[in-house]
Amino acid sequence: MKPARFEYHRASSSAEAIELLDTLGEDAKLIAGGQSLVPMMSFRLARPSALVDIGRIPGLDAISVVDGGLRIGALATHAAIESTSDPAVLDGFDVLPRTARFIGHLPIRTRGTLGGSLAHADPAAEWCVLALALDAEVVVAGPSETRIVAARDLFTGFLSTALEPNEMILEVRFPHRPTRCSFVEHSRRSGDFALVAASARLDLEAGICRTVRIALGGVGPTPVRAVEAEALLAGRAPSSELRADAARAAAAALDPVSDVHAPGEHRRRLAEVLVRTALHRATGAP
Amino acid sequence: MRRVEDPPLLTGDTRFVDDLAPPGTLHACFVRSPYAAARIEGIDAAPARAVPGVEAVLTAGDIPGGLRAVLDRPEFTPTVMPLLAGDAVRHVGEPIAMVIADSRYSAEDGAEEVLVDYDPGPAVASLDRALAPGAPRVHDEMDDNLLLQVPMYDDPELDDILARAAALLEARFTTGRVTAAPMEGRASLARWDRRDSRLLVYVSTQVPHLVRTTVADVLQIPEHTVRVIAPDVGGGFGLKCVVGREEILVAAAALRLGRPVKWIEDRYENLAASWHGHEQRYDVRAAFDANGTLLAFDADISCDVGAYSCFPFSCGVEPLMAATEMPGPYRLAHYRARTRAVATNKVPIAPYRGVSRPQITFVMERVMDKAAARLGLDPVDIRRRNLIARDDFPYTGITGLVYDPASYRESLDLCAGHLGHDDWRARQEAARRDGRLVGLGFSCFSERTGYGTPAFAQRRMSITPGFESADIRMDPSGGVTVAVGTLGHGQGHRTTLAQVVSDELGVDPAHVRVVQGDTDATPYGWGTFASRSLVIGGGATKLAAGALAERLKRVAAHLLEVAVEDVELRDGRLQAAGAPEVSMSVAEVARVAHHAAHRLPPGEEAGLQARAGFDPPGTFSNATHGAVVEVSPATGEVRIHRYVVVEDCGVVINPMIVDGQVRGGVAQGIAAALYEQLLYDDEGQLLTATFMDYLVPTAAEIPPIEIHHLETPCEYSATGAKGMGEGGTIGAPAAIANAVSDAVGHLGIEVDAIPIHPAWMRARIEEARAR
Repeated sequence: MKPARFEYHRASSSAEAIELLDTLGEDAKLIAGGQSLVPMMSFRLARPSALVDIGRIPGLDAISVVDGGLRIGALATHAAIESTSDPAVLDGFDVLPRTARFIGHLPIRTRGTLGGSLAHADPAAEWCVLALALDAEVVVAGPSETRIVAARDLFTGFLSTALEPNEMILEVRFPHRPTRCSFVEHSRRSGDFALVAASARLDLEAGICRTVRIALGGVGPTPVRAVEAEALLAGRAPSSELRADAARAAAAALDPVSDVHAPGEHRRRLAEVLVRTALHRATGAP
Repeated sequence: MRRVEDPPLLTGDTRFVDDLAPPGTLHACFVRSPYAAARIEGIDAAPARAVPGVEAVLTAGDIPGGLRAVLDRPEFTPTVMPLLAGDAVRHVGEPIAMVIADSRYSAEDGAEEVLVDYDPGPAVASLDRALAPGAPRVHDEMDDNLLLQVPMYDDPELDDILARAAALLEARFTTGRVTAAPMEGRASLARWDRRDSRLLVYVSTQVPHLVRTTVADVLQIPEHTVRVIAPDVGGGFGLKCVVGREEILVAAAALRLGRPVKWIEDRYENLAASWHGHEQRYDVRAAFDANGTLLAFDADISCDVGAYSCFPFSCGVEPLMAATEMPGPYRLAHYRARTRAVATNKVPIAPYRGVSRPQITFVMERVMDKAAARLGLDPVDIRRRNLIARDDFPYTGITGLVYDPASYRESLDLCAGHLGHDDWRARQEAARRDGRLVGLGFSCFSERTGYGTPAFAQRRMSITPGFESADIRMDPSGGVTVAVGTLGHGQGHRTTLAQVVSDELGVDPAHVRVVQGDTDATPYGWGTFASRSLVIGGGATKLAAGALAERLKRVAAHLLEVAVEDVELRDGRLQAAGAPEVSMSVAEVARVAHHAAHRLPPGEEAGLQARAGFDPPGTFSNATHGAVVEVSPATGEVRIHRYVVVEDCGVVINPMIVDGQVRGGVAQGIAAALYEQLLYDDEGQLLTATFMDYLVPTAAEIPPIEIHHLETPCEYSATGAKGMGEGGTIGAPAAIANAVSDAVGHLGIEVDAIPIHPAWMRARIEEARAR
């Protein structure tokens, strides 16, 4: 369980990191917290020719509210988000610290980063699910341009994203302060990857769902939106019966694969339970 | 008293094998088979030898030989577990080549370059497959896959009794494959000491003397040239009470290369290539009369033992234990048992905490609950009716075991009381009305511990463990050093044995040093496994300390000019009975014995040392576990609301250590009931080779465990103590399975297989509700 040989470079700026990626070619990888990449390298499942360490680039870990939206630097750790005490963040974006608590164990949260989690794109990762529910915008920089990738366009396959090999995530923006957003997950043990994770966001106006986002993780190669369930709720009052219907609709649209942790059918049933729970919590019910 | 082991453990001032780094140390990595069953057509190590940093690549051609465990039974077929596989591999993870390099990194680089030409064959990866007619054979030279098949017990009246019984229960029970997963995996560092012409072997083991003997035998070098040292050992749970291939190979490589060679097992190797256990199947029939009295029991036992016999215990360790101890704490007059060890293309089994007792307890306790349900009896009442009672002792069981006094019924009654058993049904009904599925389950068991040579001799191993010795000496300042052949590897022996000496000699435990784990410094002993150390090693320690006390008294009597029988040893002083002013300290006597030996009584040897051995017949601890659980119909998850242990291990020498053993054991038992399982696919590929897939529970999953004690002193042990290192693991799976079955029994769901997977449970509940 020792990694194969690799070159190591430390970047002192994002421009330098991108230049290194561009020069070193597509077998080079960025490393930030290393909480997914290092174990994969130790198993020799990942064999990057070079690592570009972005962990000490200054200024990429800020958490701030700008124009009513939340912006988080790619290098902000899960623990930093979990423990934020900024009232501007807690007012409306408190689902982020609540979600961070589900990520791994404390040592993992202390090193792992928001940008790293999104770039790794594990389909059960908490941030990936939440990014879909909150319509996050991912600021991505490459050699020639900086562009914004919507969360719904980011995840292209199992552990795959729309990022080019020479691009890096600089920042994640959550443009809309959600009225109500919940995050729930189910795992066999505390700190495990979720068997299934669900997030529900209900922006209510006079008790009617104006915007509905339901996102699920652990049910396929990428995190997914439950668009059928969203459609059921849109424009209506989220009654208990409607929430149950939506949960059933969300589960019916899934076809998760079986693995050692659970048969696909179990994940599908968990998805229904979790969507129902997520919607229940998003309505603000106790 | 607090554990003296803890401050260094908590502050990092420890010395594990991996902390040792003699100059010039080389690092080993093993090339391991990716196939469960294959012929090896050829091995090309040349590319690996060219990898930078690689010093040597060794294969079976370089280090031939293997480990062969023998049982003197005609029904047993021995297997040779090759040190390095030469012409065939029989499980995934089997070592084929040893790459030795300047770092583990380089060694792993080299291992990737060893080219092995495999011819894969069909694998048998389950009991069903291995036992099927015409199944592929794990060992070509055998006619089938039965390494051991014994009709151990029979009774001509049994079938009649079964046929006429008021209640005849038939059931199949299965238990999942698990592994000890100690925090520190196996580890070994060997070096040839040119100055002394000795082979030094530092090894993470439970059995240093056995490692010494085995290394010397296999490498064919005189045993006195081998010194084995077990420094700090980060847990064993049985996984380190056998001698593995890798430990021998590291020693062989160090001898061959003349350089220190180190191997630290990584977690993949620990899960995929060390030792497993507890994968068993029971087909049982049990007859009860209308009052719930157990009349007869018929058990057919199959243990999936993997590809080879572990050394020295053999693959008979589980099947023989299961058949012998099946009746547990219950009176039984008619018994039949057939038991077998079935070879599969999987990792071999070794003793793992509990050794078949968690499984037989699961079986017997489920049978008791099933019989109670069938006969309309209360689960506590049916147990009370069948448990061995106070008046029965000494009770000779149907398999010939003699049960010394214990508190079977008392522990059950206390446990039931603590859990509010009397009004449980009303509380359960109330919860069900709220849509909640809650259950209460009990588990009663006996735990045979501290058995010496005669008991082990019945297993008919070629090597018979059992006795222990202790060497004790007092230095001129009155400090005491006791050297023992047992080895604490987390249990806290340095604390407990110091207490035993302190009690006997009246000296402060802080002035007692316990030496263990160095074959040069300790008497030949069997190390620590099978809950033997405090009973046998502690007994030898107490007897040795007692002999030393007698010597102190003889010397003091002479110096104080009083009769020996009038000398009392109390609070570090030797004094004349009735005249405390006529006294001297232990330290003063020690000074005379060493520095003024001419003042000793005539014939008294200079210095102060004594030696004693101990080899007791064995003793039964007992306990009742009780659990209250809740099953979530939505997720199938089991939550443990309460867990109560009422245990009796005789005289408790250190309550904190006893409670720690109970808690750790229960955690491993809960793990086997709800979380851990090593899964192989049909091709013999291990699917659970990381801690992400093999679910060792964390502190968050283990509930608070309430522990209550009873104390039935042991008549056979010198200290009155009984062993108790395995009970937690033994009792927990049955208690959990019974509690879960109680929670969902009204839906027609019974837990006859562990671990209980939430997906299985959720699906059964949905099916039941759809009916």
